[in-house]
Amino acid sequence: MILATLVPLQATALAVVALGAPAVVLSRDPLRMIVVNGLYGLALVLLFVVYGAPDVALSMLVVSTVAYPLVVLIAVTRVRGGKR
Amino acid sequence: MSRRTRTAIFLPALAGFAALLLWAYVGLPDFGHYKGPYGFVLDRVATPERHTTNVVNATTYDYRGFDTLGEEFILFGAVTGVVLLLRAGGGGREEDVDDTAGSDLVRVFGVLGVSAVVLVGLWLVAFGFVTPGGGFQGGVALASGVVLLYLASSYRAWFGVGNQTVLDPVEGFGAGAYVVVGLAALVAGMPFLKNLLGPGIPGTLWSGGSAPFVNWAAGLEVAAANLILYSEFLQEYVVPLARRQA
Repeated sequence: MILATLVPLQATALAVVALGAPAVVLSRDPLRMIVVNGLYGLALVLLFVVYGAPDVALSMLVVSTVAYPLVVLIAVTRVRGGKR
Repeated sequence: MSRRTRTAIFLPALAGFAALLLWAYVGLPDFGHYKGPYGFVLDRVATPERHTTNVVNATTYDYRGFDTLGEEFILFGAVTGVVLLLRAGGGGREEDVDDTAGSDLVRVFGVLGVSAVVLVGLWLVAFGFVTPGGGFQGGVALASGVVLLYLASSYRAWFGVGNQTVLDPVEGFGAGAYVVVGLAALVAGMPFLKNLLGPGIPGTLWSGGSAPFVNWAAGLEVAAANLILYSEFLQEYVVPLARRQA
């Protein structure tokens, strides 16, 4: 019963991750890449949750949606000379 | 190098890499068929022995707490490096910069969000050994709550928490407290970081022995380290803004 709902969920999560990774690599604009990478991180979070790894999912969630985008965003701003 | 030469080098390398990757993946054990004794041993032993219901947290902060101590100091060292490179010598007046969020809606929901995120962070640190979570996740969540404060209100509001007078002692305390928990076991005549407190009642905050203390130490260290990192980077952004406004 649980397996019947879990397998499609896992397949969906895997598909989203498989589509998300090239999307990150193919984004050329750094700002867009930060957003796409955050969404890709959320897809990974979903993947970890449906595979039963909530602790890893939490670590991924806090790192991929807050810590990493913030540091990259400010670094990009700095490199562009403080222009918004 | 011409585009053609580059492609000529790239394509065989890509094929080789893909073949190696495929080979490695095919050799992986099937999902759920973990090979190795430690996972099974810990899975069976952790809850009866330490009364922690989250075996992952018991592994990272108790059985392999020494590894986590090393990781904590990697973060500590990395943040110290960033501070050495970026921290400005003279005290600027960047806290006077006026960048209050314009929209009332952003401010109201932002402040609600800050309390929610900080609460989740505290819960993750406090209950890490009972339910999924732990010092690291909770620490980063706490730091993101403070970042949300900057986004929803202003740099001045952020500066109340995000300044070195507040953060440096908290980071040092967190890193030090972890070592102190380890040394306490040495003083009691046991190996470093051995869990020396009683196991308590499973499924409650009153369990895990030393685990809550280690989680809180790591949580404070990680939260402060992240905030120091953000504040150094944010200064890089805000100082020119302040200069333009002046």
